[in-house]
Amino acid sequence: MSSQLFESGPAEPNRIIRPPQGFDRFVDRFFRGSTVAFAWLTILLVVFIIYEIGKVAAPAIQEHGTSLITSTTWDLNRGEFGILPEIWGTLYSSILGILIGSVFGVAIAIFLSQDFLPPKLELIAKNIIELLAAIPSVVYGLWGIFVVIPMIRPAANWLHENFGAIPLFSTPLSGPGMLPASLVLAIMILPTVSAISRDALVSVPHKLKEAAVGLGATRWEAILGVIVPTASTGIFGSIVLGFGRALGETMALAMLVGNANRLSVSLFSPGNTLAALLANHFPEAGAEERQVLMYAALVLLLITLMVNCLGAAILNKTASRLSGVSK
Amino acid sequence: MTAEISHRDLFEGVDLPDLERSIYTPRAFFSASMSFVTGSLTLIAMLPLVSVLAMLIYRGGKRLSWELFTQSPPAPGVAGGGFGNAILGTLVMVGIAALIAIPFGVLAAVFLAEISPNSRTSSAVRFCAKLLTGFPSILAGVFAYGAVVLVTGTFSAPAGGIALAILMLPTIILTSEEAIRMVPSRMREAAIGIGCTTTQLTCRVLLPSAMPGILTGVMLAVARAAGETAPLIFTALFSRYWLFEDGSLDLMQRTASLAVLIYNFSGSPAENQVELAWSASLVLVMIVLVLNLIGQAFSRRSVK
Repeated sequence: MSSQLFESGPAEPNRIIRPPQGFDRFVDRFFRGSTVAFAWLTILLVVFIIYEIGKVAAPAIQEHGTSLITSTTWDLNRGEFGILPEIWGTLYSSILGILIGSVFGVAIAIFLSQDFLPPKLELIAKNIIELLAAIPSVVYGLWGIFVVIPMIRPAANWLHENFGAIPLFSTPLSGPGMLPASLVLAIMILPTVSAISRDALVSVPHKLKEAAVGLGATRWEAILGVIVPTASTGIFGSIVLGFGRALGETMALAMLVGNANRLSVSLFSPGNTLAALLANHFPEAGAEERQVLMYAALVLLLITLMVNCLGAAILNKTASRLSGVSK
Repeated sequence: MTAEISHRDLFEGVDLPDLERSIYTPRAFFSASMSFVTGSLTLIAMLPLVSVLAMLIYRGGKRLSWELFTQSPPAPGVAGGGFGNAILGTLVMVGIAALIAIPFGVLAAVFLAEISPNSRTSSAVRFCAKLLTGFPSILAGVFAYGAVVLVTGTFSAPAGGIALAILMLPTIILTSEEAIRMVPSRMREAAIGIGCTTTQLTCRVLLPSAMPGILTGVMLAVARAAGETAPLIFTALFSRYWLFEDGSLDLMQRTASLAVLIYNFSGSPAENQVELAWSASLVLVMIVLVLNLIGQAFSRRSVK
């Protein structure tokens, strides 16, 4: 190498050591410019997505107005559309899913961050939980149809026969329904909740825990009294983000929720969600129905945007709150 | 024993706490049982993964043969067949998505990490990227339907690729930014010290050093995109035919993908199609898991 350098000699004087030439400056300016452009494109993309969905939904909004959100009938032949059952189903399945998912997710985050396991085992367990997020949603749907539904059906029908008076159990589980959909949803959002909560728990300064233990707290008194409250905004943020993910989850729900235009509080009743409605109806929809579906997409977009903005804002707050406490 | 007694005698009249904690005292019992409960919840949460993998191997493994990769799906009620066209479709669409999202994402990440890390623009970009991570995948499909399918007038592989690219983008931006920031500042300073322009600094120093981290993000993003179904229903739909059915490769037509095949065939009354759905799930999960494991391997390298 070095001999080559010397051999090139004065004909090409010090090719490596020279100030940037005009060409270099041009390349540099171009490169900087393109990074700025792509960064701005990211912002524009979000704006463009919202605009574009709003644009395709506009005709349906003009025609149906707010009656679409408050009506419960979906009748193609009469041209009557209503998505209230779907809005209800989206919120119902997501809330149920996040209740189950966050209990598990937070418990896992605590168990895998507070030195219960040797570090190597902890890492393996963490990776296994993260792999849960890697399984495609459509595979969870298939698994739900063939494993979850047959598994919970006897228990669900027993509950219906013996406690049918309680509204939650007022219908039998004939196949697809809210409960299997929410269970699978809980499994799918659990890695999100546990990963972000774990980050929050790990970033709690160690000396806080040491102080608590030094005062005589048991392990769980230290966890519940000191560590979890300190990390609470982060944990809450993770639950909100998991909720946002549950709202938008499509395929597993489209396969498990039953695709029935019904508004029911029963856990075992089939129902529908906004995303599942889109996925099930879109491929065969005619022009008019497509516009209505775009309206439904816009409603879904607004709900998820609100929830996600809230989650991101909460997580930002955690970062700034802990920044004053030194490690 | 004797030592303990003498100890007590020595401090007689002093209120010494009992430092031994019996498991039967309420506080210690609560602590131990909470440890047990969270430990069991962690184990229970791993069961679905085991169950999914077992079912895939049991039900999907039955049909695994070369035929699956070379033939196209049969009509309902017809035996045999495979899903070679769907594998090809998935690869083509994920490839298109990667071609769009990787340069886009990495350049935006360079802006965030190096060009202007603390500006208002970059915090806005970061906020948008975070919003996009939580963006429902089906809405990416709706967007691509409006922006591509309605404009070109046909469901197509590029439309599917664009929808998937939107879903890959935030992962790539955020992980690449993190990876570039992790490059030790002395390397950055050394490069600037010998007179590198920003471009040379980025292309010769930052990107090569951050490469394992960037590849982790790319792998995770590709794995996620390969498993996505919802956006493809709006953009590529499904097809029983190969992309090059009439001799020439035509991307501007309905395109099959593994994920949509699983969705379409899962509810089918024909036993053969359900079996194909299981085999396709097995193949898809294998692809996704391998991509994830490669990503994790890269991330372990970047930690060192």
